[in-house]
Amino acid sequence: MIRFENVGLRYGMGPEILRDLTFDIPKRSFQFLTGPSGAGKTTLLRLLFMSLQPTRGLINVFNRDIATIPRDELPLLRRRIGIVFQDFRLLDHLTTFENVALPLRVRGKEESSYRRDVLELLNWVGLGDRINVLPAVLSGGEKQRVAIARAIIDQPQLLLADEPTGNVDPPMALRLLRLFMELNRLGTAVVIATHDLSLMEQVDARRMILSEGRLDIYD
Amino acid sequence: MTERTRKPAPARPARPDPEREKQPPKPQLQVRPMAPIVPPANVSANALSVVIAIMAFLACLTLGAVSMVSDSASSWQSQISREITIQIKPEDGLDMQAALERARDTALSITGASSASIVGDTETARLLEPWLGQNADLDELPVPRLVIVTIDENNPPDFAAMRARLAETVPEAFLDDHRTWVDRLVAMARTTVIIGIFVLSLVFTATVLTVIFATRGALTGNRHIVEVLHFVGAEAPFVARQFQNHFLLIGIKGAVAGGIAAALTFAAANVWTGFAAATPESDQAMALFGAFRIGFRGYLGILAIIAVIGLLTALTTRLTVIRTIREIDVVRSDPSRME
Repeated sequence: MIRFENVGLRYGMGPEILRDLTFDIPKRSFQFLTGPSGAGKTTLLRLLFMSLQPTRGLINVFNRDIATIPRDELPLLRRRIGIVFQDFRLLDHLTTFENVALPLRVRGKEESSYRRDVLELLNWVGLGDRINVLPAVLSGGEKQRVAIARAIIDQPQLLLADEPTGNVDPPMALRLLRLFMELNRLGTAVVIATHDLSLMEQVDARRMILSEGRLDIYD
Repeated sequence: MTERTRKPAPARPARPDPEREKQPPKPQLQVRPMAPIVPPANVSANALSVVIAIMAFLACLTLGAVSMVSDSASSWQSQISREITIQIKPEDGLDMQAALERARDTALSITGASSASIVGDTETARLLEPWLGQNADLDELPVPRLVIVTIDENNPPDFAAMRARLAETVPEAFLDDHRTWVDRLVAMARTTVIIGIFVLSLVFTATVLTVIFATRGALTGNRHIVEVLHFVGAEAPFVARQFQNHFLLIGIKGAVAGGIAAALTFAAANVWTGFAAATPESDQAMALFGAFRIGFRGYLGILAIIAVIGLLTALTTRLTVIRTIREIDVVRSDPSRME
């Protein structure tokens, strides 16, 4: 589904942050992306999300070379990818329900067609009684769950999550992990960038370890 | 990749949570009506609205003033060029009354002269009253007498022919066609209107720039919304449309407020000149500006300014949003441009 070949990236004239990355993300796969702070996990997620161009190498996303994809087509491809940002990126004037429904709204769907699905998902992430609450009054963990719900509401083909359990307690982290696994079971490839070793120990999944710009993969 | 056939419902838990099952079912909360994607009002939007209102007010005021001065200048020119004067200087042995009548008849015999009237003794005395006082005896003084000829503006007489005919019939007569005055007034009116248009274009330029910068400033506060929408898969025209409609409304609201304030100012000035008629202040103002009325064309101009400012705000918003999206996709995705 996604293929990296000899991908390298440097910011400006600085040193290479990522070097000779060659790997693929198969369909329906589940993997953790880990490594020390500053290793380039977020940068790699941005490359996967097509919000950053590599300095060298080839990236194929959904069988398309991203160097040749016209800008107008990027949003359409991004609709097939759900992303959970480390800083959540929720819209402060929209309620929990409205934030989660946003991807469906921008696709031009009627509220009546997705209301039940959004409520069901919010119940599952434990926010069923917070649907009309604005992000300002949500805790960090609740915001995290809203961001996750927004990323998966349209059942993406690929889910990218940057430290998705960084702001929740262990039981909720486990609960969210189960959600990701269930999503994966239904066909979504999942990439979770995390430092949380205890979380990784819960699942026998592929591990991608970034260190000093290089990537080691343990299947 | 093959199309997936799973049902569109969101993921459900593989295993029910026993802790949650113990709790009684909670009543389903009502979802509030969907809020607009762009927040309806915030400080920057209100500030933008006020800035647009002020600039629209100034632009409408300038347009109205230019229109008034232009109308007044045309009116002066028209009033003065509508009449010519025949002046007869008293000389020894001249029968003034007969000369006046001859001059009047001569003027009327020329095609293009609509009417002619002799300024009588009483009117002449009143004209000279400021210099000679109330009881001046005009017969004792060598005072020139006047014949006022009204001309057909659409078919003016041949002034040279009239002058020649008068020289034959009344050699003491002097024809004043006010050409010097009219020429000066035309020049002054043109200069005034050119200055007015220059000021108007400056105000318009300032309005356009203010609207552009204020709109861009207000959009800066909403930049994160553009980013989030773009990253959840919204296409550029969709994002641009959300902001464009929102800012078009702000622009029109501000411009309507400014336009109405300007129209009310002109209406109030008009009422004031009505109340203060025949006072020295009012007379001075009326002499310079005419009536404080901007007329149908003026109000049409105010409407045009409102429409232009609204469209300008919407256009600026659209271009700014599209540029922001371009920056996200092109500039910020290029690592060589970052340090």
